[in-house]
Amino acid sequence: MKIPLRSRRTLTRLTRDMSFLALGIPLHLLMGFLLFMIFGLGMEVILGQGNEEPVVLGFTLVLTVFSTPALTAAQRWRFRRLLGIDIPRPVWRRQQRSFGYHCLVGTLLGGLEVLLLSLLLAGVAAATVYAWMWALPALWRAGHDTQAFYVTLAGLAALAAVPALAAALVRLETHLGPALLGPDPSEDLERRVADLTESRAGAVDAADAERRRIERDLHDGAQQRLVSLALNLGLAKATLTQLPPEAREVIDAAHREAKDAIEELNNLVRGLHPAVLDERGLDAALSGLAARAPLPVRLRVDLPPQPSRLATPAVEAVAYFVVSEALTNVAKHAREATRVEVTVTRLGGILRVVIADDGVGGADPSRGTGLTGLAQRVRSVDGTFRMSSPVGGPTMMSVELPCTR
Amino acid sequence: MIAEDSVLLRIGLVKVLEMAGFEVVAEVGEAQGLLAAVAEHRPDIALVDVRMPPGFTDEGVRAALSIRQQWPATAVLLLSQYVEERYAADLLAANTSGVGYLLKQRVADVEEFIEALRRVAAGGTALDPQVVAQLLVRRPSDPLERLTAREREVLALMAEGRSNAGIAAQLVVSESAVAKHINNILAKLDLPKADADHRRVLAVLRFLGVGE
Repeated sequence: MKIPLRSRRTLTRLTRDMSFLALGIPLHLLMGFLLFMIFGLGMEVILGQGNEEPVVLGFTLVLTVFSTPALTAAQRWRFRRLLGIDIPRPVWRRQQRSFGYHCLVGTLLGGLEVLLLSLLLAGVAAATVYAWMWALPALWRAGHDTQAFYVTLAGLAALAAVPALAAALVRLETHLGPALLGPDPSEDLERRVADLTESRAGAVDAADAERRRIERDLHDGAQQRLVSLALNLGLAKATLTQLPPEAREVIDAAHREAKDAIEELNNLVRGLHPAVLDERGLDAALSGLAARAPLPVRLRVDLPPQPSRLATPAVEAVAYFVVSEALTNVAKHAREATRVEVTVTRLGGILRVVIADDGVGGADPSRGTGLTGLAQRVRSVDGTFRMSSPVGGPTMMSVELPCTR
Repeated sequence: MIAEDSVLLRIGLVKVLEMAGFEVVAEVGEAQGLLAAVAEHRPDIALVDVRMPPGFTDEGVRAALSIRQQWPATAVLLLSQYVEERYAADLLAANTSGVGYLLKQRVADVEEFIEALRRVAAGGTALDPQVVAQLLVRRPSDPLERLTAREREVLALMAEGRSNAGIAAQLVVSESAVAKHINNILAKLDLPKADADHRRVLAVLRFLGVGE
């Protein structure tokens, strides 16, 4: 027999909904039963009947309190197993909410579930009333045909209504269950923010570690080889004095090239992550930057003395990068700049880096990838980036980074 | 005596030193071995890489400090891929004679490197121009602004540890002109005259803010 797809789907859904609701009955009503017991026993204790009632009452109370987490776990399992809804585990202080769910909402839902299940059973029984009648002895059967017809009709109507009612009840439960058993939305949001903050910090740290690794690899590899090459060429230059002038010229050129390559590679690698930053902190690392800038830089650093490092390595790396990029920018773009002032101060939990030049200004953070990248890097550690560069100068860049996370 | 963890560079350095007439008594690859070797051989000068195993940070600087403290007869020339004024300041604060701190690539200019090496071995000082530049950045520059451009050049070369003859050769001027510049500098910076090269460097470095 071929069942049409539509009704097959309805049937599957109905099976799923009904088993979900049927399973809900014992879970929901257990708490109702316990409360009823408590009420009854309480009344008996108040009225002073019996001696063992207080003990039973206490036992029931303890059972009620301790069954809450178990019931919550069971409900969570029920939602996940039958509806595929994962209720996130709420934090401990949310227990009273789930207790309320089991006591009030649960009892109500349990009642509705019982009604619906009864309706289904009654519908099945009523719809198949003719079959029941066949099972009865012939004597009893006669005379009920008209009533049986109405009963069958009512049963069919009930059966037709059951899927919709079951679906509605399931929907109601899926609204109430996760809302009351799971964390509430604002808490959920809070947790998500915390998660994202943590994962972003992880990403920032990972990028930082990666830069360090590249720096070390280059330092131990290519840089040493280049120095060794330049050294050998220098030796050749110094010792091979009887070579023809052409050969000497070639060696000379190669020597110069090698030295230039070292210089370039050094600048590149230092931009990644200077080792002195790890060892001696931001203050020490900045003097190297300032000294290599093509125009005079006045550096003022006012930080607590080492080694009481208050900024995290990632924040220090960002501060270093900011100064490095800013000095490069000044050298490249700030026309007529004659000097740069770099000031690094710590105000409470904020590391403030100000870079000011006396150029003609007109720098626009919305243009140019350098400034955008800089602002992004600052934002990656929750810093703020401000820039003032009126046409005619001077340009001032101010970056504030949080020191303690 | 050479302490350098890059084998390739170590071989090159040995060649340079032997060419210059030095005798290399030991080659080591890390800081612990360096101290042991210095204790054993008592060399005139130790050539030390700043970044060495196991930490790859400033082992060389720390080793250099303890060498200068325990065996004052052994001069130390530090080599580094990047020179950092902080390391130099540590070194100079403890001892201004018999120390040097150069960028690794300076070894490529063999003659100049050997000259620096000899100077340090003889108890002088050799500082990389980059270190001097970094030291200058740190200084509130008001007194320095009184100097002329040429005097500033002379001061920088002085801070590197060069002699009058060395400065004269570098700037292509006569030695007496250099002496005149130096007198002017010392006068403008209110520094007393001093005879020995390293005392002059000491004075300059004091002025630059090292060892305060």
